[in-house]
Order: sequence, then C-alpha cells, then structure tokens
Amino acid sequence: MIEVSNIQKKFGKLEVLKDINFTIDRPGVFAVLGHNGSGKTTMLKILLGMVLPNQGQIKIDGKDIGGTWAYRKQIAYLPQIARFPENLTVKELIKMIQDIRNEKGKADQLVCQFGLNKFLDKKLSELSGGTRQKVNIVLAFMFDSSICILDEPTAGLDPVALIELKRLIESEKRNGKIILITTHIMSLVEELAEEIIFLLDGKIHFQGSLDQLGKETEEDDLEHAIAAMLVA
Amino acid sequence: MRFTLSILTILLLFGVAQARTINICGACEVKSIDKGVEISISGDTLVLNAGIYPCSNLEITKPLTIIGEQGTVLDGENEGYVLKLLTDSISISGLKIINAGRSYTKDYAAIYTSRADHFVIENNEVDDPFFGILIEKSKHGIVRNNKVYGTTVREDGSGNGIHAWHCSDLEIYDNEVFQMRDGIYLEFVDESLIRNNYAHDNIRYGLHFMFSNHDKYLNNRFEQNGAGVAVMFSKFIEMRQNQFVNNWGPASYGLLLKEIYDAEVVDNEFTENTMAVFIDGTTRINYTGNSFKRNGWAIKVSGGCYTNKITRNDFIGNSFDVSYNSKMNDNTFDGNYWGDYTGYDLDRDGVGDVPYRPVKLFSYIVNRTPETIILLRSLFVDIMNFSEKVSPVFTPDNLVDQMPAMNAFK
Amino acid sequence: MIKILKYSFYDLMRSRWSFVYLAFYMALGFVLLFLNADVSKATITLMNIIVVLTPMIGTIFGIMYFYNSREFTELLLSQPIKRSTIFTGQYLGLSLSLSMSLIVGLGIPFLAYGILQSGAVGNFITLLLSGTFLTFIFVALSLIIALNNSNKIKGFGYAILMWLFFAVIYDGLFMISLVVFGDYPLDKFALGASLFNPIDLSRIMILLKLEISALLGYTGALFQKFFGTNTGFLVSVIIMMFWILIPFCLILRKARLKDF
Repeated sequence: MIEVSNIQKKFGKLEVLKDINFTIDRPGVFAVLGHNGSGKTTMLKILLGMVLPNQGQIKIDGKDIGGTWAYRKQIAYLPQIARFPENLTVKELIKMIQDIRNEKGKADQLVCQFGLNKFLDKKLSELSGGTRQKVNIVLAFMFDSSICILDEPTAGLDPVALIELKRLIESEKRNGKIILITTHIMSLVEELAEEIIFLLDGKIHFQGSLDQLGKETEEDDLEHAIAAMLVA
Repeated sequence: MRFTLSILTILLLFGVAQARTINICGACEVKSIDKGVEISISGDTLVLNAGIYPCSNLEITKPLTIIGEQGTVLDGENEGYVLKLLTDSISISGLKIINAGRSYTKDYAAIYTSRADHFVIENNEVDDPFFGILIEKSKHGIVRNNKVYGTTVREDGSGNGIHAWHCSDLEIYDNEVFQMRDGIYLEFVDESLIRNNYAHDNIRYGLHFMFSNHDKYLNNRFEQNGAGVAVMFSKFIEMRQNQFVNNWGPASYGLLLKEIYDAEVVDNEFTENTMAVFIDGTTRINYTGNSFKRNGWAIKVSGGCYTNKITRNDFIGNSFDVSYNSKMNDNTFDGNYWGDYTGYDLDRDGVGDVPYRPVKLFSYIVNRTPETIILLRSLFVDIMNFSEKVSPVFTPDNLVDQMPAMNAFK
Repeated sequence: MIKILKYSFYDLMRSRWSFVYLAFYMALGFVLLFLNADVSKATITLMNIIVVLTPMIGTIFGIMYFYNSREFTELLLSQPIKRSTIFTGQYLGLSLSLSMSLIVGLGIPFLAYGILQSGAVGNFITLLLSGTFLTFIFVALSLIIALNNSNKIKGFGYAILMWLFFAVIYDGLFMISLVVFGDYPLDKFALGASLFNPIDLSRIMILLKLEISALLGYTGALFQKFFGTNTGFLVSVIIMMFWILIPFCLILRKARLKDF
C-alpha cells in the first residue's frame, strides 16, 4: 500500500509538484500520465527516495519512508534511460546487483525470456539501446518486489520484446503486485492499466479507472480523453 | 770575520760533541721530565719511556729534542700550561698530553710556543685541552702529524686546536683536529703552508684566517664543522684542492670569505654544505675548477664584491647556484657548467648557445624576506623562476654566463 | 559499503586510466633510478613530482569518475542501500585505487633498486604517505565539486581552479603577504599559513624529513622545532586527517540532501 500526501517539490524556482495526494491500496497496474515535464519521473523518484520532497509524506505499508532506505527492497525500478557502468559486462552487472541485494532472484529465467544469453559476456557500452533496455528490464524484475516502478519501459524495444514485457507485467499483476508505469504509448495503457493517475500543473488532476476517465471527458478513446484533459 | 767564524765552528763542534741522550723512566736515574729538562744542556735529546709523567708549566729554554716513546703520557694535572717552548730549535714528538688546564682568563695550552723559531712539534696527541698547540711570535716552525681533540659543545668554553698568532713561515700538515672551537686558527700569520690536515666536528671553523697574508692551504678536508674555513681580512691566500664536506646547519658555511683581496680558490670540492661559499666584501678572487654539489647555496654574495672571476666550475644539484642581495654585479660568471642549464649547443663546441642566468628570482626574494624560504620547491616558485628567466626584472641583468659549458668539467 | 567499495575499485581497476596512472609512476620510478641509481637522491627528486602531481591526478580523476559513474550511482540509489554507504564506498574505492597505483607504481622500481637496504626508506615511506593523504584529500574536494555542479564543464573548471589554488595561487598569496609584511615577525604566520594548505603541509613535512631544514634558516628552525618533534608530526598527521574528514563530512551532507 502506498499513501502519498501533500508532496511538494521545487527545483530552484520551478515548482514541479505542488500538492500531490494519492493512495494505492490494492494491487494492479497504475498508469501515471501527464504531459512532458509534468513531474511524473520526479514523483516516481520521490517514491524511490532519489529525489527528496520539500514537503509531504509518503507511507509504504503504513511506514513513513522519509530518510529510510530498507523499504527499497520492496521496490523494483526501471529507469527511463538505461544507464549502466560501462565497464561491466551484462553478467557482471547482474551479479553485482544480486550481490548488493544479497539475493539471487530469477535472473536466469528473465535472461532467457528476453534472449540476452548471447550478450552476457558483452560490455554494456557495446550494447544497442534496445538490448540495454532489455537488461534494464531484467534488473528491474529479477527480484520479487511488491512494488514495481516502470518509467517508460517500452523505449526502444522490438515487438517481440514488447510482447514479453507485457506478458511479464500481466504475470506480476496476477502475483498481486502494485505496478506504477509511465508511458506515452496509450495502447499500452489501455491494454494493461486498471487505474490512471493524471498529473497536471503539479497536481493530481484525475485518479480513477479508464471508464471513469471516459465518462468524465466524454471521449471514447483514451488518447482523445487525455488530449481533452490537457486542453481543459 | 774569519776569526769569528772559526770560533763559531769550534763552538758548534763542541756542542755536537757534547750532545747527550737522557733517558727518562720510572726505573731510570732521571725519573721526571722536569728533572730531565733541568739537567740537560742545549742540544740534548730527552727520551721518555712509556709511562705517565706529571708535568705542568714546564718551561723549556734550551734547544732540546724531547721524544716520547710509545705510551708516553704527560699529565698536566689541570694546572695551567703543560709544556712551554720558549726558545728556538726545540723539537717535541711522540707525546700524549692529558689534563691541560682550563681558564677563562688565560689561554692555557697543552703545548705553548712563544718567540721560538725553528721548532718542530710532531706526532703528538693532545686530549681535551683548552688550547691544543698555541704558537706566538714564532717563525719557521713545523707542526705535523699531531692529533688534537676536545669534547667541546660550547664556543666560549673551549680554545682552538692549533692556534698561531704573529707568526710566519709555518708549515702545518697532516694533523687531525676535532671537537675544538676552531680546528686551526691563524692570526697575523704570513707565508705559511697548511696542507693535508683533517678538521672535523669543530664547533666554529675548521680553519680560520684573520689578518693573515700570503698563505696557502692545500688538500685539507673540512667536514661537519660549524663552518669549514673562514678567511677574514686577509690578502693573497691560495686555497687549492681542499674538500669542504657536509658543513650543514642553520648557519653553516663551507667557506666564508670576508674582506679579503687577491685570493685564488682553485680545484676545491664543495659537497652538501648549507652555504658552500659565502662572500662578503671580497675583491679580485678567482674561483676556478671547483665543484659545487648538492649545497643549499653554492655561492652567496653579500655586500660589495668586486672583480671576482668565477670560471670553469661545476654547479650541480644546489638549491641555489648563486644568490645576490643586490641588483649590482661586478663579477664575472663565464664558462661554468650549470646543472640546471637547459640550453643547446648547435655548433657542438661544448659551449651552450644560450646564455645562462645563475641567479633565480626566488633566491632574490629569499634574500629580502628569509621567511619565504618555506616555499622552497613549490610549484609557484618554479613558475616564478621560469618567468624571471624569460624576462629578468629583479635579478642583476648583467649577471649572465655567456658561455655556459655543456658538460661537467669533472 | 565494502561491496560498493569493491565494485568502484573493481570498476576503476578495469578502466584503462588507472593502468595508465600506474604505468606512469612505474616508468617515472625506473627512469629516475636509471638516471641516478642512488635511491635517496631519487627520493628527493620524486618529492617535487608527488607533491604537485598527486593532488592534480586526484582532482582530475575524482571529478571525471564521479561524472562518469553517475549511472552507476543512480542504479545504486534505487537499490536498498543507504546514500552515505554509496558515497563512502565510491569515495574510498576511488581514493584507494589511485593510492594503490601510486604505491605500487613507485614501490616496484624502488624495491627493485633496493630501497629497503638504504637509509632513505623512512623518507620514501613519508613520501608515499603524503601522496596517499593528498590523493584522499583532493578526491574528496573534487567530489564535493562534482556533487554541487551537475554541469560537467563547470564542475571540471572549478576542480582545476581548486587544484590551481592549492598548488600555485595559495603559495603566491602566501609569498606576497610575507614580502609585504616583511617588517613584522612572520614565522608564526608562515607556520600557520602552511597548515591550511595540505600541499604546503606535506611539502614542508617532506622537506624537513629530507634534512633540507638547515637551508630554512631561522624560520626553518622554528618549523623544525614544530614538525621535528613527535608532537609536531602527530599534529601534521591530524591536520591531514582533518583535511580528509571535513570534506568527507561535506560530501555526506551534500549527498543526503541532493536530488538525483
């Protein structure tokens, strides 16, 4: 369970998040949407403790996360841009994360699933963008975390990998996890998401299911609904 | 005239015929050196057998030869002088002298020589005297192969090892003097030769000239003294092939020259001295063929020094090669080898094509503000020296070696 | 923390640069000793190089490493690890690998030329110790700069300026103030001023060790009196420690408050 209350964040003079409140109290896929620069990534990073809010509180399973770090064991994070230590090989990177977490996870299975076997001994600097994203996915999903934060997970993926990713998300959902996802691909949202959290002007403009969104904006399809909301 | 000469010859022959050897020992007829001297006549030889003889303030007024055999010790019993040589042609050898007296008012010495010409003092050992060998107003004497040493820690509590005053034509060689105030001290001593001595660990100077002219010192070694050699108020001194080594301390010099004229400093070796040569008011001195290695300052110039010629010397690894305290320069520095020289020699004649400036800006600043020495070997100082080298502003602009040697001479 | 340290260290050891650095010192050591087989003389020559170079290398490597490993840092930040652990680990990893390049790079040639049998072994160790201290200090200072500037170019500029300040400008100001206020007794001031610059401090410590102290005259005597004793040596070591600890605390503070 995630409770976010009164989160505010400024970067210098720029007020990115004004007053964010939302609660996620059930498993499922939650799409965090908003236009470019609306603070989606900032919000997710605040959840991870990478960005520190100016104000507000976040509770995960009833515990305030401010200044703590152990809770990150429950969070899997897939960053927007897959950036890794360039000197390492894929295998070493996976091993390192396993070592740091003191957990084996299900890396082998995921490596297979995304066809990364032949890249295991390659250095990360030698990989293409899509392959790096696959590595990124493996790292994010290899541990059994109850919350998954996926920031633009589809960037650069080929269709096969995209299908695998969707399958993965579905299965995690079935395992009763909370999955927070940001994306610009609306079909993905329609396909996977149960609930939408819409950020606008640093606030939660809308939180609810796809159906509710449709009703509110009187638009049938999601893309138009979102566009309508942005215009309004 | 003829008559006088024949009288003299007869006298001389008579004397030689009369010369005896008196043996002195515990079991001999003559048991003490005092007695021996008393009963002897001019030209006698006194031979002391091994043993300890009390002896203090013993005045010798006849030309005698006193020889100590191995193991002969004269014990001064801490009372004033030990031996006083007060007439010509006395020869002293093979004695070990201990317990000479000390005084803050009188210059007590183990062997005191006054108004005595043609003396010979050799092969003696003097242990912890006030003055070791003190010679006054004497000429044509020889001091050789003696060993004089003290336990001095303070300048005012001790005298000099070999001290000569108002003398001329002395030869002082093969002696070793250590832990005294000055190793060898010469005041108003002319036409004398000091060679092959080893002066080390003396509190003040290894060798010290005052108001002495036309002297030579050669092949001596000066090590770990307060300063190696000080030559002051003297003229025509020749200094050759000496070694000045490791005279290292906050106020230490290898060679200190003050108010001297017309001297030659040739083929000496200066190694690891705080200041190899410190010159203050010197005129017409030639420095040739010396080597300056790893000294703090190789040549430090203070006060009016005129027409000194520094040529064919090696300057290697010194913190400062030449230091000046003014912008004036009347000395020449041509044709030396400078370890720091970075020029080139396109025509391969062994002479660098670019002149070298031996005075660094930093040495000028250190002269003005001694505290800045704390910045020695810092990057800032290197940069500063470099910029001064490129365009000199503070250092004497005529102080240049126009023909720096490409290779060391030695 | 040990794990982070291990990975940072490992990461650096694999990068070409630490080998270049190591090879540089090794070459330097062998060349110096080849030109002058006397280890104690070579130690003196080495002093100038170490006192200038280790801070520079520490600064440049420090700033480059922390900008280049931003990804690694971000990856770690999303893991269940304390922030202070991450930065301590990275800081120690980098400082240790640089120090090791220094110690191994110079140690091998000097060992080969028999430093252990010579009287200079104490001086050599002092030299390496100072180099290590300077590395730790300047890596920490550059890390502070890196944490405060997300703009790489700016950060790099500040870092170089910082090095320049300690290596050159500080001494320049120091000298000017000594010359300008030459009429006042300045040795205490000189002593104090040298404590506030780690480069000066280690340079003077080595100078005194190398028995050049006699050159320093009266001022030197004061310094000798201070640094020559065990207390003085201890004080200098403690000051060097502070030069590491204070920037290190600043790093942790900045790391705690920074958004990534």
